[in-house]
Amino acid sequence: MSIRHGLLALLERGPSHGYQLRAEFDAATGETWPLNVGQVYTTLDRLARDGLVAQDGDPDSDGRIAYRITDEGRRELTSWFTSPVTRHGAPRDELAIKLALAVSTPGVDVVSVVQTQRAATMTSLQELTRLKTRADGDPGDLAWSLVLDHLLFRAEAEIRWLDHCETRVARAAARRGETPLTPAPAPAVAEAVPAGKRGRR
Amino acid sequence: MSSPVLLLSGVTREHRQGSSVVHALCGIDLAVHAGELVAVMGPSGSGKSTLLHIAGGLDTPTAGQVLVEDRDLATLSAAAGAAVRRRSVGYVFQDLNLLPSLSAVENVALPRELDGVRSRLARREAVKALEEVGVADLAHRFPDEMSGGQQQRVAIARALVGPRRLLLADEPTGALDSATGEEVLRVLRGRCEAGAAGVLVTHEARHAAWADRVVFLRDGVVVDQSGPIAGAESLLSTGGAA
Repeated sequence: MSIRHGLLALLERGPSHGYQLRAEFDAATGETWPLNVGQVYTTLDRLARDGLVAQDGDPDSDGRIAYRITDEGRRELTSWFTSPVTRHGAPRDELAIKLALAVSTPGVDVVSVVQTQRAATMTSLQELTRLKTRADGDPGDLAWSLVLDHLLFRAEAEIRWLDHCETRVARAAARRGETPLTPAPAPAVAEAVPAGKRGRR
Repeated sequence: MSSPVLLLSGVTREHRQGSSVVHALCGIDLAVHAGELVAVMGPSGSGKSTLLHIAGGLDTPTAGQVLVEDRDLATLSAAAGAAVRRRSVGYVFQDLNLLPSLSAVENVALPRELDGVRSRLARREAVKALEEVGVADLAHRFPDEMSGGQQQRVAIARALVGPRRLLLADEPTGALDSATGEEVLRVLRGRCEAGAAGVLVTHEARHAAWADRVVFLRDGVVVDQSGPIAGAESLLSTGGAA
């Protein structure tokens, strides 16, 4: 995540100092990706070194230095907003790696791995939905509400993918002629599985 | 804690196809309390609609028990069963089934009039139900003069009119766009918070997330559950019960 561009965007609203920038960043993103104030000041130093921001007047009575965006900073900000975000390669995703290893490691109950994860992701989707209900009550909070939507859609996509994995794993097990890996519910279900589904291998 | 509005214990539903037996549901236990919305998720054929039909007395289990407000549906006469379905249970289905020749308020009042409630009282109750779901201003419109979302709200009002405390919804957001679908869920959620017990069948995680608890069905079996989220209130009530 580009803290540089985030700070430039906030400074476009007007001059500000580090603590204030951190608070504004957290307010816009609902503290989803909290910044520490050290990061903010280090980034401001680099931005000043590169001529994208400049000190705005003398330090205030508390010794805090305010910064303003420069014309060059404004150009950099515009180019950020007008170019797409590129994600280099697939970021390492622990869940995808865990499932890939679960299907290839003997003795792992993959379906149960999937179900445990799905229940957890569902719980966080429920929490996000609650937060969203509250955020929607406040029409002024569009920024935070959109960040929440992002998290909601991502959780939803993860659940869809997990559903898909569950089906694929069950189907693969059926093809191998194994009993499906669903946690043995009642014996009656096993009897209900048509015998014709036995594998050919 | 008071007894649940809906209680399924060991509910099994088999269909016979020639010599083989297909289990649509297998040993389902589910309790839904007043004030609670439970979502049932699962792929098609997982038994979620069967579960809803059995909960509402529209289908009968081959084994197990269904209690609606402490009454065992299996022990009731046909007439008494029909009365429970009419008075205690409200249904919202994907196809709204509003009667096109009746206005919104007449549609909502109809089940109460069938219950023998005097028509002026039934109408008053209907207006109140429409108010609750935020469409009181549409009372005199006919279904074809309303948007899909508005019709669905009227259908929810009809499901809730009068003293009914169990709300059963099968993909109630089916044909609606996502913003309208969300409004419908908000209304459902609000009704449950106001004291109804709700069961919502859906295959969309985003919709299920409005529930307090999500039950995952697969091949007629509950494979896992999420929630309830431990909020301050639920922690308090657990503490009180202990």
